[in-house]
Amino acid sequence: MHIMEGYLPVSHALGWAALSIPFVAYGARKIVRTLEEKPETKMLLAASGAYVFVLSALKIPSVTGSCSHPTGTGLSASLFGPSVTAVLGTIVLLFQALLLAHGGLTTLGANVFSMAIAGPFVAYGLYRGLTRAGASMAVAVFFAAMLGDLATYCVTALQLALAFPDPVSGVAGAAVKFLAVFAPTQAPLAVSEGLLTVVVMNLLSRYSADELKALGPVAGKA
Amino acid sequence: MLKQNLALLAIVAALAAAPLFIHRNGGAEFGGADNRAQNLITEIRPDYQPWFTPIWEPPSGEVASLLFSLQAALGAGLIGFYFGRRSARGDRQEKADKTKSVAKRAA
Repeated sequence: MHIMEGYLPVSHALGWAALSIPFVAYGARKIVRTLEEKPETKMLLAASGAYVFVLSALKIPSVTGSCSHPTGTGLSASLFGPSVTAVLGTIVLLFQALLLAHGGLTTLGANVFSMAIAGPFVAYGLYRGLTRAGASMAVAVFFAAMLGDLATYCVTALQLALAFPDPVSGVAGAAVKFLAVFAPTQAPLAVSEGLLTVVVMNLLSRYSADELKALGPVAGKA
Repeated sequence: MLKQNLALLAIVAALAAAPLFIHRNGGAEFGGADNRAQNLITEIRPDYQPWFTPIWEPPSGEVASLLFSLQAALGAGLIGFYFGRRSARGDRQEKADKTKSVAKRAA
């Protein structure tokens, strides 16, 4: 999902950055507030960020014969909410843009929007909705993390389609083409991300019940 | 829980390994999907020139893999540290509860 450095026209790069900045700024304030109100969750926040670090570093082979990586954002989106996750994801994307030439500074806004905002919002919405509807923690986390991962890649495909409409079939045609590149490769990886996040949540509900309770009724249910 | 977690991890490992087995005859390159998207861009807009280049690039595949493993290791290390602390806390509490109940019985 990393749009390479320089691969978005200036207007698009600026537009996505402008769209992402408020989410990240709000998330930064929410992190400060969360740590003030619930200092016992500090370590869990760090561990959730670390989970994004690990998963987004793993380039995993897929049935399509290409490799891609999970996002790791579903866990912190379920625990801390999407705006906090926006900050964690931005840190990871910045690390990769500066040290790995993976993604880029000019495309940071767009990449933050797909991986650190859109995916986490989908994951958070699903996690809340499914737990409220009475689904078990494992089922809710699985679908949240899996579909959040897929959503990130679909947004990337749409961002590229908007920037590079097909000369014949337009934005819609380009969207189909970019989705065909990302979605089939990502599908099995998204399942893996869902399963891995269930494993971590299982461990959390065994060892970190206090912190889950402190984070609120939904997370506490886990 | 341990059994369920091990089963889930086994599925993840199988999902990652299966593609290598399916394409074992060398038909696939296993390149990055990001690069395929980049190729598609040049296909749609052959005249597009990236207007900015990375300010620093890892000089070789080795250095890139070093930094990628560093990224994963930092994350995994922190998660291991976290669960180490939490499970130690659980053990201590269990032990404390046990000594308490033993003391109660003795009294």
